[in-house]
Amino acid sequence: MESVIDIRGLGLTFERDGRRTDVLQGLDLAIPRGAFIAIVGASGVGKSTLLRVLIGLAKASAGTVSLDTQSTERQPVALVFQDSRLLPWRRVIDNVAFGLEGRGLSRAERHAKALDALGVVGLAHLARRWPHQLSGGQRQRVALARALAVEPEVLLMDEPFSALDAISRESLQDELTRIWQATGKTILFVTHDIEEATYLADRVVVLAGAPGRTVADHAIETPRPRRRNDDADAAIVADIRRHLGSGHLGGGHLGGGHLGGGRPTPFARAA
Amino acid sequence: MALTETAALPAAPAARRAKLNVFSSVGLGAAGLLAFLLIWQAVPSLGLVNPMMLPGPLAIPAAFQSELASGMWFTAVTGSLSHYALGLVLGSLLGVALGVLTGMSRVAEDLTAWVVRVLRPIPGLAWAPFAIIWFGVTPSAAVFIITISVFWIVFFAAHGAVRAVDRDLLEVADAFGFRAAHEKLFKIYLPAALPGILVGLRTALGQAWMAVVAAEIFGVPGLGHRMIEASALLATDIVIVYMLTMAALYGLLDSLFLLGERWLLRWKA
Ligand SMILES: Nc1ncnc2c1ncn2[C@@H]1O[C@H](COP(=O)(O)OP(=O)(O)OP(=O)(O)O)[C@@H](O)[C@H]1O
Ligand SMILES: [Mg+2]
Repeated sequence: MESVIDIRGLGLTFERDGRRTDVLQGLDLAIPRGAFIAIVGASGVGKSTLLRVLIGLAKASAGTVSLDTQSTERQPVALVFQDSRLLPWRRVIDNVAFGLEGRGLSRAERHAKALDALGVVGLAHLARRWPHQLSGGQRQRVALARALAVEPEVLLMDEPFSALDAISRESLQDELTRIWQATGKTILFVTHDIEEATYLADRVVVLAGAPGRTVADHAIETPRPRRRNDDADAAIVADIRRHLGSGHLGGGHLGGGHLGGGRPTPFARAA
Repeated sequence: MALTETAALPAAPAARRAKLNVFSSVGLGAAGLLAFLLIWQAVPSLGLVNPMMLPGPLAIPAAFQSELASGMWFTAVTGSLSHYALGLVLGSLLGVALGVLTGMSRVAEDLTAWVVRVLRPIPGLAWAPFAIIWFGVTPSAAVFIITISVFWIVFFAAHGAVRAVDRDLLEVADAFGFRAAHEKLFKIYLPAALPGILVGLRTALGQAWMAVVAAEIFGVPGLGHRMIEASALLATDIVIVYMLTMAALYGLLDSLFLLGERWLLRWKA
């Protein structure tokens, strides 16, 4: 199948106080057009760093990343950050329209597109609000709308729902599935939560090791609509746990704080 | 009875107390002002001080009326306001421009670091000799002195505010492909730094009045000049008229500024 992103031998080294730390090394990953791929891995393994390379916020020190996008827009890839990172001085609608600026569209055209994207995440009625007047879940929805508004071919999402309560999270997961099915975008979804990964994705890629690379790659063939905690995925979930060496941890979370020495997971949920 | 009332309307007493607080604080403020005026009037009236040295508040309306009638008040106020406004605008524009530039660019900051360190401690008024040599005793000289006083305040406020801009928000601009300096300037740096810049501007709004008086003492026509003239004639009531004029103008401008600031920062929680 044709790849929209092809990562070959990707390596990334941080230099800090004269000491070099290899974060990623020899990472290969081909992402087919239209796929929904989840990336799981312990905290600090380099998941965010991988997305930052793909969006151009960080520079690879080795290997190649080829993007085969068809759009002529300058931003065929969009990123949803873990914290929503809305611009507090812009109303919701202008936050969503942010990425559309500088494309020769009139303000009215930008707002029309932004309103469409807000409609997709079900928040068109909050268009005139300021970010501080939103709940955490609403903010994350707006951040998703902001990324969707630029009509990216590839949508990168960095633990976008991990800071939310279980109920908002589940409704956003279902919304994302619906958006993916409706638009056929390629989605690369980073998460700590194995259950979330197997519920959402076509394929779950496991990053592990120091420096990090892909250690497992599972196709999830469970037909949609899916059920949460489907027994059909049990063998895959067990294998992912084994690769992450986190079999002793309860629940769907990896408890990254125990593993990688990075920042602690924001919350732990009992399965 | 009080008890049943409290039980029926649990929110009411708190609201009433808040209302009472507002009334009593306004009342206290008015009482304090009245006491101040009474003491002020008593000092010359009781002969504690020669009324020539300190005229009481009752003498002020007449002095104000005569200044108004002679047209002096209007000329002085418009003169000073024009120095004030020009100096404020020039100093603010330069301060914001250089503050933002040095805040955004490491090179610009390093380049100016030592110059700033040398020039910063020199008060605006210390430039008066040069102002007079370069511009003569003209409104331009006053504007020059005011500009310098305003510049430093706004420069440091803008520099600090830009340096403090959240890196995470700058990354948002990068992630959406806005990588050029001018794109980041208008989309992130300026709006993010605006609250800090406004703090500097508001400080400058007050500081600039000091510079106005000081600059005009050298003879540039305006409020400060008129005060010096009046004091030379021992017309202390007229001096007070202009002191109060200045306080009123500052109060008015500061209130307008606050209104504008509230609107500009309406996005804040
Ligand atoms: N600017 C930096 N300088 C040096 N090291 C860094 C820098 N940014 C990240 N790292 C290191 O790179 C490693 C990978 O970080 P990254 O943020 O990609 O982890 P992650 O897999 O996203 O973790 P998490 O699940 O906790 O978000 C970490 O060990 C981190 O300490
Ligand atoms: Mg991360």
